[in-house]
Amino acid sequence: MTPLLEARGVVKHFPVRGGLFGGPRKVVRAVEDVSFVIEPGATLGLVGESGCGKTTTAKLVLLLERPTAGEIRFDGESLATLDAEGLRRYRHSVQAVFQDPYASLNPRMRVDSIIAEPLVTNERLAAVELGERLRKVLDLVGLPARAAKLFPHEFSGGQRQRIAIARALTLSPRLIVLDEPVSALDVSIRAQILNLLRDLQRELGLAYLFIAHDLAAVAHMSHVIAVMYLGRVVETGAARIVATQPRHPYTKALFAAALPSHPDDSRDDVVLAGDVPSPLDPPSGCRFHTRCPQVMPRCSTDEPKLATVDGREVACHLYDSAEIARAAAPRG
Amino acid sequence: MNGSRAAALTVAWRLASFRSRLEGLPAFPIVILGTLALLAIFADFIAPHDPQVGLLGERFRPPAWQAGGSTAHLLGTDHVGRDVLSRLIFGARISMTVGFTAVIFAGVVGTTLGILAGYLGGWVDQVIMRVTDAWLALPALTFAIFLAAIVGPSASNIVIIMALVYWTRYARVVRGEVLSLKERDYVRLAIVAGCSKRTIMKRHILPNVVNSSIVLATLMLGVVIVTEAALSFLGVGVPPPQPAWGLMLADGKKGLMAGYWWLTVLPGLCIMLMVLSANLLGDWLRVKLDPQLRQL
Repeated sequence: MTPLLEARGVVKHFPVRGGLFGGPRKVVRAVEDVSFVIEPGATLGLVGESGCGKTTTAKLVLLLERPTAGEIRFDGESLATLDAEGLRRYRHSVQAVFQDPYASLNPRMRVDSIIAEPLVTNERLAAVELGERLRKVLDLVGLPARAAKLFPHEFSGGQRQRIAIARALTLSPRLIVLDEPVSALDVSIRAQILNLLRDLQRELGLAYLFIAHDLAAVAHMSHVIAVMYLGRVVETGAARIVATQPRHPYTKALFAAALPSHPDDSRDDVVLAGDVPSPLDPPSGCRFHTRCPQVMPRCSTDEPKLATVDGREVACHLYDSAEIARAAAPRG
Repeated sequence: MNGSRAAALTVAWRLASFRSRLEGLPAFPIVILGTLALLAIFADFIAPHDPQVGLLGERFRPPAWQAGGSTAHLLGTDHVGRDVLSRLIFGARISMTVGFTAVIFAGVVGTTLGILAGYLGGWVDQVIMRVTDAWLALPALTFAIFLAAIVGPSASNIVIIMALVYWTRYARVVRGEVLSLKERDYVRLAIVAGCSKRTIMKRHILPNVVNSSIVLATLMLGVVIVTEAALSFLGVGVPPPQPAWGLMLADGKKGLMAGYWWLTVLPGLCIMLMVLSANLLGDWLRVKLDPQLRQL
């Protein structure tokens, strides 16, 4: 079966203008050699600190930015070579929900025209049918029908996010990019929205690219998790495996930083020192070596490749020996 | 909650918010501009005399309260015996029409070009903004005189000249605003939804820059009126015998030394009041429509 969306070796560099007199041009390496696959009806959770390239990846998938290198395929078709008709079809099948529900709704449009915009743009519908579809999606996201005639500022953050989700649903897309859909919301609302998203997935067979820095949310939502650090995927695999037995030191630190589900649960404290290095000038070798608690001499020189360890893929030299041992075992 | 009660509440809330929006409406500029507008509209009925025809026997009559004045000419007469009050009233019409139409013309041209430059970027932006820069480098009044000398003086030409001179101000401000607007999430989502650039500019950018344009327009109203007066004063504006305030000022200046103060002070006062009101109103609007202050 072809995956719904496949990214292969995707790279995105942003040139930064040099100094006043055109000093050396620098490059922000936002996304570096990222590959992932999203199956129909499944969720890929993309986790990482701010500035690790999650949102850039989302923009690449949404064709808001073009990759510097690498390829993204939707339904087996490369996005780089889409013609006008192909682009129209792609826009029809992929929608998005962004982080800030206050910025993602035009303050001067009424809710019905906000929600209907993708529909009006992509399909020719009679007014009656348009109203029908509008009521249906409002109902799906649990908003009353009278919400349609109001302005965004008349709603709370959680309600606005429901409006944003309703808008993403109108075209019955196959993939929705959720870029931190609950980060801006109150904790009490988050679970509501996440459960709504899961219910919608089950009902409508949607696939999600779920981007977040909240690990509990990602573990709850995703089928597959990919952990990013400074533009690279450091660990990826089935959500259950990665969440319960993280292998990469960065993943371990991330999950250790998340609050346990019960206050009595023990947590290993892995404290990371320092800040994320600048993507303008990423560290040599493994990009995580400047902050890694288990750093080895070779980490600063050799760049680790993703390799299968315990049922998931990890890019870390810690597991090289294990890899070698396992490779050697059948022979011996 | 039943629907009709909710609707009633919504209506009540809207009314309240509308009233709060009008709160603090500055009385002074509204009264001045309102009065001038009424005078301009009903000039034919209000003005006691014909503004363009004078009686030579009635020359240089002082205002009514001064010795030698009469109630027939409340604000006196000028060097050809025309009633100053009537000329001021009809002058309001010219100043207002020229001011408003020029500001609207310039606003439409400047806003459109500003949106195009800001949203499309690239060479479109380069071309429009370089032209704007060059335009702004020319002193406005000199440029206006130059244009007036080419096309010849008439009220409608003045409007075109003003629009040509002042559209750049709008283009500048609007472009800056658009640059920030086009990074908003709702614009990105519109792209994701498949909207064309035209639709995005029309539906998402324009309604959100209109506020700034309106504020700028009120502030520009004063500038335009002063420029119009200056052009008329210099003799390249509204041609005589039409009663433009700037023209009255120019005609009256010869009499200033002879003690005919009302010929210059009164039109000057009118210009000052109108410009001051326009600026005060603009200031108030600027604060009132500021998205930061407006946001709930």
